[in-house]
Amino acid sequence: MRGIFEDELKRLHGKFTEMGINVSEAIYRASKSFIDHDKALAQQVIEHDEEINEEEIKLEDEALMLIALQQPVAADFRQIIIVLKASSDLERIGDHAVGIARESIELKGEQRVPEIEDDIGEMTNNVRSMLEEVLDAYVKEDEVGAKQIAIANQQIDKAYANVREKTIEMMKQDSKVITGSASYLMVASYLERIGDHISNIAEWVVYNKTGHLAELTPDHHPEEN
Amino acid sequence: MANVMTARNLRLYYGKHEALHGIDLDFPKQKITALIGPSGSGKSTFLRCMNRMNDLVAGVTITGSLKLDNKDIYSPKTDVVDLRKRVGMVFQQPNPFPFSVFDNVAFGLRLAGIKDRALIQERVETSLKQAAVWDEVKDKLNENALAFSGGQQQRICIARVLAVQPEIILMDEPTSALDPVSAGKIEDLLLSIQDKFTIAIVTHNMQQASRISDQTAFFLDGKLVEVGSTKQLFMAPQKEETSDYLNGKFG
Repeated sequence: MRGIFEDELKRLHGKFTEMGINVSEAIYRASKSFIDHDKALAQQVIEHDEEINEEEIKLEDEALMLIALQQPVAADFRQIIIVLKASSDLERIGDHAVGIARESIELKGEQRVPEIEDDIGEMTNNVRSMLEEVLDAYVKEDEVGAKQIAIANQQIDKAYANVREKTIEMMKQDSKVITGSASYLMVASYLERIGDHISNIAEWVVYNKTGHLAELTPDHHPEEN
Repeated sequence: MANVMTARNLRLYYGKHEALHGIDLDFPKQKITALIGPSGSGKSTFLRCMNRMNDLVAGVTITGSLKLDNKDIYSPKTDVVDLRKRVGMVFQQPNPFPFSVFDNVAFGLRLAGIKDRALIQERVETSLKQAAVWDEVKDKLNENALAFSGGQQQRICIARVLAVQPEIILMDEPTSALDPVSAGKIEDLLLSIQDKFTIAIVTHNMQQASRISDQTAFFLDGKLVEVGSTKQLFMAPQKEETSDYLNGKFG
């Protein structure tokens, strides 16, 4: 009996990781499409999101079935719960990648600010390595690694605050950059939210290991700072 | 998927009292069907109809049809001994005969007139392996079966049923007298043999039904309230009574 449950669980975790890799790719492509003004690539990200959503539904369906039919408790129960919770965070990250892609499509050759675009590129890279680290921590059930990720998320929050401040300053100085800058603000805030979802996944990794529901980075929204 | 056994409008009366109210139920080949329901719901009575165990109960009459491979088992032409070879049964309490493990498992084969020693030897070994008890008894085949633990005895009884290669195996709460580890071994063995046999199992253990069965039938007051894939029945039953029973609101 254990055998069947464990095999199913392994398969479920494998699918989760696969979904995570797809989502990471979506972030990369969305951000690239924004910086390169590549509308075709942006369109691909939007279309590909359907697949990510379907992956999540399949994962949920299988996790729910395992709960109903195998009725796991204790550590087994936590394993299933984290798949359910963390996959919905991944799905939300995919939605934010779509948000970024939509901004790319909205762009109409507005005046650009390379400095801010560089910052956004850097935020993207940081967010993606956080996502890769959290997937790694998830697979290895690495509680310490997961806690590190929550700390890294504070850097993302700072980067967002920084982009916001700079962009607003630019807008004050030069009204020609206002339309484009509104997109910079949107994209940076999507990246910031992606960081929060990654941080949530890190919290589920900790929960899986310890059984404690922990808020790893309380009150980290830059708006509130 | 073909059905091995099919019940249509099956009614059972104790004297004038109707205890089963027209059951329609199919047993798909090589699937495990769980029969669940509170005590007195008719699930065991129904199971016993499937190999005519109710024949000898005074005052019982049965109407409707119960077909094994499209032939009515209640037809006067049915040879009941042959029927019970094709429809094996495992009971709640392990009931090995008071002789050796080997003779227990060989019993049905000898009854069926098989005299080929090599064949009997081979079937005994295969059946004990299928019943996941071979490793524990292989050096003690000549010991009295009653000398083994309850869980081992039950697996020996299952081997005895498997030896005659029945088309369908009926199990009436086969693990309720066993500890959880022994029960788990039996659940594992059922899953491992389901590609060769069709199984109908009465169980009061909801987790057992949900873990091992492909199809679940819910009985209540002599009626079949609902039957469906185990996944569907446990996750989104159609009837409120089913949901209430599964949630322990009655029974």
